[in-house]
Amino acid sequence: MKQNKSFLKKIELPRTPAEWLEAVMNFLFFLCGMLAVGCVILISVYMIASGMPAIRKIGLFRFLFGTEWASTAADPKYGILPFILSSVYGTLGATLIGVPVGLLTAVFLSKAAGPRVRTVVVTAIELLSGIPSVVFGLLGMQVLVPAVAKAFGKASGACLLSAIVVLAIMILPSIVSVSVTALNAVPPEYEQGSLALGATDTETWFKISVPAAKSGIAAGIVLGIGRAIGEAMAVMMVAGNSPNMPDSLFRSVTFLTTAIAKEMSYASGLQKQALFSIALVLFVFIMGINVVLNVILKGGDRDAR
Amino acid sequence: MKKITRRSFLAVCGAAAAAAALTACGGSASSAAASSVASTASSAAASTASGSLSGNVATGGSTSMKNVIAALTEGFAEVEPGVTVSYDPTGSGAGITGATDKTLDIGLSSRGLKDEEKNDVDGTVIALDGIAIIVNKASKVEDLTVDKLKQMFTGEITNWADVGGDDGEIVLIGREAGSGTRDGFESIVDVKDSCKYAQELTATGAVISAVEANPLAIGYASLSAVGDTVKMVTVGGVECSEETVKDGSYEVQRPFVFVTNKSVTLSEQAQAFFDFATSTDAADLIRTAGAVPVNE
Repeated sequence: MKQNKSFLKKIELPRTPAEWLEAVMNFLFFLCGMLAVGCVILISVYMIASGMPAIRKIGLFRFLFGTEWASTAADPKYGILPFILSSVYGTLGATLIGVPVGLLTAVFLSKAAGPRVRTVVVTAIELLSGIPSVVFGLLGMQVLVPAVAKAFGKASGACLLSAIVVLAIMILPSIVSVSVTALNAVPPEYEQGSLALGATDTETWFKISVPAAKSGIAAGIVLGIGRAIGEAMAVMMVAGNSPNMPDSLFRSVTFLTTAIAKEMSYASGLQKQALFSIALVLFVFIMGINVVLNVILKGGDRDAR
Repeated sequence: MKKITRRSFLAVCGAAAAAAALTACGGSASSAAASSVASTASSAAASTASGSLSGNVATGGSTSMKNVIAALTEGFAEVEPGVTVSYDPTGSGAGITGATDKTLDIGLSSRGLKDEEKNDVDGTVIALDGIAIIVNKASKVEDLTVDKLKQMFTGEITNWADVGGDDGEIVLIGREAGSGTRDGFESIVDVKDSCKYAQELTATGAVISAVEANPLAIGYASLSAVGDTVKMVTVGGVECSEETVKDGSYEVQRPFVFVTNKSVTLSEQAQAFFDFATSTDAADLIRTAGAVPVNE
């Protein structure tokens, strides 16, 4: 009875105009919040609903591990292993190049750089993160692809290697900016203690600061990986886009993203459904990366406490 | 400030009312015209109802037909200023699907219809498009045969020296699966689904610039899109030009097709556009758009 009464009190209508405004605005904010949640749910449901039919028709195993993609052939083959491997190799390659460069840049910016240099470099990196991916692709196509062909004596430079280089540059800003924040947050006592014990600056940075900031740095790397695996435009312009297995750095390859982007405009029937299934696979990959990111960030919180 | 807003608001209201009245008039006029010519032969519709139609003609499909449709639309606007022609560049497959499921008045396809598609829709060839074989300007190769092309694109011949060029690996540049140009090229040269492309690009322009950038490249593109940045090779000794496409001596060519649903009668304005596009008046427009007209 008592509970009932308090419940009634809760839904009592606002009286004054100010209270009304408050209530309406509250509801508006709630709606805005729900919009984002709604979008995520809608996209997830849609991806699963539109991605499943083709997988069911083709067979999960044949879809994921088939090595041949010939979507418009008379006897169509829908194996996306070449795309998955290309995406994974491309992202790993970009990480291998991007992480050392990005980490060293972050250490330099956070610890070693003078204020003027820091301002310039930070501005440059912010600009880099703001450059649209199509511009990266354009430069890659016009400059990098011919350069790769020339440097390695290949007939065509549109290959996995070019994609890796472009992606490595594209993920730098995420790695650098997140890592700098993490490094700046390392308590100065740690470093002072290390220096007081006679360690050099470099020893302190790499043995004390970087380990102390490791969860933040890892978050930056995972963010970078997320960007690399989801990138379509720049990759499409430099990777060659033939559905080959990525058995060499100089092979023309198709990533998961580019497989969807290049065929979507003309696709129909099972081919179109299969493209949705590729999108579902990509979606699962990115969800996985986000889960890893969350775990890392939570782990970081625990470290800090 | 307030005054201006009010005035402009009134002006907008007035304009909207006038527009509404005009569309209403146009609508009744077109329906009157529809009833008067419904029984006459369809080919006569364009001339008898000239200048009196309104409404929209929904076309869509082949991206390769963009220039042709743009030119036809422009020319048609002079004959029937009340009619708007919309064009949605979604690809030949989508164009045929659009005509089949009746979302488009006229579907556009840059390939001939397949047998199973002919159950629901009719195809009318309005123009021909030569697919030019393009190489880099630095290439010494002047002539190839369809057979040589087949061997090159399937990877049997991988060196330019084997077809009369300088020593060097052949770089095959093509379009993505589903593209009308790719489908056209591959079915004509009989290399369907067996091409060993080094690059698959998603636009004709991208293929041309890739060939322009790489001295070892060979690709294909619509005759209309090829400028002088790349070199066209002759096929079996026949140069790719309007004459050779039309008389059929140039082998690598494909039709531009208007696809219409068999079970629906075209709306008055769509029929007028269809008749205009297939009339001899449209020939010059099609030619300026880079394709080869069939009705002259």
